[in-house]
Parts: sequence; C-alpha cells; structure tokens
Amino acid sequence: MGHYVLRRLLQMIPVFFGATFLIFLMVYTLPGDPIAALFGEKAADPAQVASLRHKYYLDQPLWKQYLHYMNNVFHLDFGTSFTGRSVSSIMADAFPVTIRLALVAFFFEIFVGLPLGLISGLKRGSIADTAVLLITLIVISIPVFVLGYIAQTIFATNLGWVTPTVQDSTDITQLILPGAVLASLSLAFVARLTRTSIGENLRADYMRTAVAKGLPRTTIISRHLLRNSLIPVVTFLGTDLGALMGGAIVTEGIFNIAGVGNILYKAIRTKEGPTVVGIVTVLVIVYLVASLVVDLLYAVLDPRIRYA
Amino acid sequence: MPDLIEKKNAAIPAQRGADSAEPKPEKARSLGLDAWHDLRKRPIFIVSALLIVLLVLIAAAPGLFTSVDPRAGDLRNHYLTKPDWSDVFGAGWFGYDGQGRSIFARVIYGARASVVVGICVTVGVTVLGGLSGMLAGYFGGWVDAVVSRITDIFFGVPLLLGALVILNAFSVRTVWSVVFALVALGWTQMTRVMRGSVITVKQADYVTAAKALGAGTGRIMFKHILPNAIAPVIVVATIALGGYIATEATLSFLGIGLQDPTISWGIDINSAQKVIRTAPFALFFPAGMLSITVLAFIMLGDAVRDALDPKLR
Repeated sequence: MGHYVLRRLLQMIPVFFGATFLIFLMVYTLPGDPIAALFGEKAADPAQVASLRHKYYLDQPLWKQYLHYMNNVFHLDFGTSFTGRSVSSIMADAFPVTIRLALVAFFFEIFVGLPLGLISGLKRGSIADTAVLLITLIVISIPVFVLGYIAQTIFATNLGWVTPTVQDSTDITQLILPGAVLASLSLAFVARLTRTSIGENLRADYMRTAVAKGLPRTTIISRHLLRNSLIPVVTFLGTDLGALMGGAIVTEGIFNIAGVGNILYKAIRTKEGPTVVGIVTVLVIVYLVASLVVDLLYAVLDPRIRYA
Repeated sequence: MPDLIEKKNAAIPAQRGADSAEPKPEKARSLGLDAWHDLRKRPIFIVSALLIVLLVLIAAAPGLFTSVDPRAGDLRNHYLTKPDWSDVFGAGWFGYDGQGRSIFARVIYGARASVVVGICVTVGVTVLGGLSGMLAGYFGGWVDAVVSRITDIFFGVPLLLGALVILNAFSVRTVWSVVFALVALGWTQMTRVMRGSVITVKQADYVTAAKALGAGTGRIMFKHILPNAIAPVIVVATIALGGYIATEATLSFLGIGLQDPTISWGIDINSAQKVIRTAPFALFFPAGMLSITVLAFIMLGDAVRDALDPKLR
C-alpha cells in the first residue's frame, strides 16, 4: 500500500507540472495585452509600462515566467492580480463559497441519487424503475443553464419559496436551489450507475447464498448487495466531488454566487492571467488528490483489489 | 414492413450456412452485424435514429422546413407576439424574439451549428484519440507511458474551463474555432477508451496467429485489432456527441462560443433568459430543441452499447 501511494505521488509530479504549464501556456500566449488594458483610454507612459512588465515578469521568456511562478507557488505565493489584489486573498474569498455549494450538491447526489438507483435497481421493470429511468434521461439531456433558469423561475419568482439569487452563501437555505441544480446531472448519473450495478450484483452467487441461508431481506440488501454495488458509485462520487470543488461556472453565474467558477469566468474574460493560473493550479491539485483518494477507496471497499 | 419480413426469412439460410461452416455466411455473424440485427428490434434505437436523421436533414437543408429568413427582424413582432399555434410551420408558430425574428425559423436554422459541431468534434476526437490509444495500447512501454501521462495532464483541465480559455483568444469565433477547442481538449477521453480496449484485444489468440503468419504491424493493428477494439470507442463517442452539442450551447450561452451572425440555440437561450418572465416561449423552444437533440444522441448511444455489449446478451 505504501509503495503504491508513493508511486502514485511520483506519477502526479509530471501531471501537475504538465497541466499547470498547459494552462500557463494557454493563458499567457493568448493575444491581448493586459498591461496596456490597465491604462484604458489614456496613453501609456513607456517607463511605467516597462516597470509593470518587469514587476509581473512579463518581460521574461515564457519558460522563465513559468519557473518563477512555480517557485512562488511552492512558497504559497500565487502572485498578484493585475488589479493589485493578491490571488491568495481572491481564492480565500471564493473557495469557501464553492465548497459550501459543492457540499450541498454532494448531499443531494448521495441522499437522492442513491435511493432512486436502489429502488429502480431492486424493482427492475416496475413503474418506479421506468419513472426513474425516464426522469434521469430527461435531466441528462436538459442543459444545466436551462434547468437553472426554469428552477429559478418556478421556485423563486413564481412560488417565492427561495430567493432568486444567493445573497449570503453562509445561509444554507439559500444554497438549496443552486445546489440541487448543480447536482442534477451527477444525481442522474449516480441513480443510473447504482441501478446498473445493483442489477448486475443481484444475479451474483453470493446473493443466492445469502437468500438460501435465510438472512433477513434488509441485511442482504445493506450488508451484501449495497456494499458490493457501491464500488463504481463511490468512484464516480469521488471524482465528482473533485469536479464540484472546481466551482460551477454556469450555476454560479445564474444564481449570482461569488464562488470559484464565477471568479474564474470573469478572470478569463478580462484576461486576468495570474488569477486564472492561480485558481487552475489549485484545481489541478484538488483533482489529483481526489483521483488518488478514489483509487485508495477502491482497495478499502473491494477486498479483491490489493495494492502491493 | 414487407422489408422486415423479407430480411427475417433471409436470416434462416444464413443460420444454416453458419452450421455447415461455410466461410461466406459465417462472415454474417460478425459482432457488428449481430448488433445491427439486435438494434433493429429496439424501439429506443428506432426513435432516436429517426430523430437524428430528421435533425441532420434540418441541419443540411433548413430551407425545406421554413421559408422565413431567420435573420429578418420586424420590430412590430416584438416579444409581445405570442406563439400562434394555428400558424403551423409559419413564421409566427413559435412566436417572435426580441428583435422580431421568427423563433421557429431560428430554431430550424440553429440546428446546423449544433449538428456540425457535434459531428466534427466527435470525428476529430475519435480519429486523434483512436490513433493515440492504438499506439499506446499496442506498443506499450515508453510510448504508453508518454501517451498516458499526456492524457492524465488533459484530464486535469476541465473541458469547459479549457475551452473558455482557448476561445477567449479568438476575436472572431466561428463553428470551426469551437470545434478546434473541443477537439484539442477532448481527444484524450477517447485515447483512454481505445487504449484499454486495444490492450484487451492484443492478447487474443487470433492476434498471435496473425503474428505467427508473418503479418506486419500495420496489418495487425488495422485489420485484426481495430475492428475488434473499436466497439467501446463507438459507444463512448455516440454518447459524447450529445455532450459536445451541450457544451457548444453552454459556451455560446456564456457568450464565449459562437457569435452572431451564426445562429445557435445557445445564443438564443442567452438572449431569451433576460425576458424569461414575459416571454418564456423564447427560451422554451431553442432549449427544447437542444434537449431533444442531446437526448437523441444519448439514447442512440445507450441502444448501441446494449447491442454491442456481449455481457448483456
């Protein structure tokens, strides 16, 4: 196990540098001059431009900029945005909001998606099963931004149950609607994945043995069936939690939530290079850690998988 | 109907042929043909295939469905003009948008961008991902290590995010810039699928036999491995096609995908979203068409997977 973790950690190093360099390359080789943009309509003073360029390392070749940036990142300094605010403080504001939203969405995925999948998997071919299949198929095909506006119009504008936009993200009740919208797609996948997995395991030999032994139905389902069926679901949920932490550009935009996705979208539009690269660097780390945790969970859930 | 009956009868001699081990009818029992026989009986496949044929037809020849110019705006028909249900296939059928343009015509003309992006991106990622996955899976060793690390790197960058960054660089964005961005970021998904599939197939006896008979690398890869390893790639590609169409609409919706004068459901949904309370139909129709399109491809992918997966037989 220790060896496996070590090997995985070593494999992460090239992926980390590769992914961050890729985004660095995309952000900084794009046309458009952020320094010139800072001056707006006024004619820029060449000396000032030169000093700003030097300050942001923009007068160096790209690979030197990247190394300089990475060196700073390892000292936990994510640089300063072109507006003068430190990227760390921007992230410190945005990440808690996104994490709260992600947890609400994750809650929906587990406590709605799993039971739906369980019901339809156990009662294959029933009305409930057909209903679950149909609803999830519809949810998968409707894009999130359409679903978001429909939910906003119905529940906030027409029924008035919730506020249309999120004013205070520490108030969980305001996050319920955006969280449900954000969760919808993954929730549908979780339900379908659980259904398929349960369907496969229902035919397994150990299930027949458990029934033949005369175990109570609840024990069979919870101890035997669920534990074995959840392996692919847990993998999906783990990867998805990593993705949720990355913020949701569309959902956060619709409900006006000042999370990572919203900040990132604005930073991309205004060519705020340091902010984009800083946030994406953190996201890559989150992604790498999430996929490692998922692989380790495999071994915990499935005794057949042992990492030597 | 008569067509179906004829084919059913034709299948019987083919079965007998297989029993007597003649080479020609045996060919008829290939996985692809087997799947095709299976597919034809599935209502989901028939419905989704019909929908897709219709969509492709709309995309190829929108003029067949409406004679109204989707870009001609008449401000007398501002949002206040509600859909006129009696005006079937006419300009006012689905109502008018903010600039007095016929929503029905825009919904029809919007199909082209979505279908072109979806198909081109899927072909692009399948070719790129298929080739790289084939090389990685077949040769293994350092080739595999390099390709796998590259796919890992791309998996670390979310599709929507990367596409936003790339597309922000284009001042004029057409269908092709969107296709470029999505192919550049999406091909690694197919690489993974193809690589896994090739590794499984590579160990089959017929590959060893082909090698023993002195077949060249190219011949083994494309004549023996490719036809047997391609099934999972086709399934993932079909389902992903719907996803690419949704991504294009999302990008256009965010204002960073397609631009006017290209007609896209995403752009129309974005402009309709501001008036959702007074004119919900302006959002409903493009969103409905988009959802139906995505749904059709997902259903097709589901049906193809069920037909191709031998475990479910």
